[in-house]
Amino acid sequence: MNMNDLVFIVLGFITLLGAVGVVSFTNIVHAALSLVLSFLGVAGFYFQMQAEFLGLVQIMVYAGAISVLIIFAIMLVMDRDPNQTNISHPVNRWWGGLIALLFAGIIGFAIRESRFTGQAGSPDADRVGQLAELVLGNYVIAFEIAAILLLVAVVGAIILAKGAKEQ
Amino acid sequence: MIGFQHYLLLATVLFAVGIYGVLSKRNAVAVLMSVELMLNSVNLNFVAINRYLVTDHAVGQLFALIVIVVAAAEVAVGLALIISIFRQRKSVNLNDFNLLKW
Repeated sequence: MNMNDLVFIVLGFITLLGAVGVVSFTNIVHAALSLVLSFLGVAGFYFQMQAEFLGLVQIMVYAGAISVLIIFAIMLVMDRDPNQTNISHPVNRWWGGLIALLFAGIIGFAIRESRFTGQAGSPDADRVGQLAELVLGNYVIAFEIAAILLLVAVVGAIILAKGAKEQ
Repeated sequence: MIGFQHYLLLATVLFAVGIYGVLSKRNAVAVLMSVELMLNSVNLNFVAINRYLVTDHAVGQLFALIVIVVAAAEVAVGLALIISIFRQRKSVNLNDFNLLKW
């Protein structure tokens, strides 16, 4: 077992621990903090796969901005005892678990049976430069649409959260 | 030896945890958090495919970046909707949001 495998196992453990915490904590504030742990694990995977820019974006946007947004929203809509805020539906939890297990089993079997013929790319490729050329080259329209989408979403979120004026 | 398939398997497990959360949770914020888990696992797949199968350019990372942007917009609007509906119904339980059901 080399260093790369060890890093994969540790990061996978952190990520899955965080993900399981999201669905198993009964206090939703703890679930949100567990979600941050999972995001940080995924950011570690990005760093491991030579996607440093995406790893930093993941830490800033997901572990920073989105988690703070979620925790603020939780504080605003807390309506009962905090320890009862993240309970599962008594019937749907079994259906959900069954469907999730079926999904993981089928897709996992398909992945095990597939043969992929790729070789890992060279670790010293200039990924950030390539990404910049793509974003401002062939995919510039997607980039601009993403900018407009963010603007519209921010304006829409402010209007929705502020509420309409009573006539 | 850790390879491409292990990343795909890990992303599958992450996605399955997200499916379980979406289907079983009653709190609307918890459902949104589970959706974020699923989006993260898809991003992990994009980056792994870019690393192991399509290695000559960074288009997989670009897709992951755009997914992150859309996820940020989705979370902002989703949480605003939850806050807005909480003001009317005094609840975040999805079972109480049956106004449009007939």
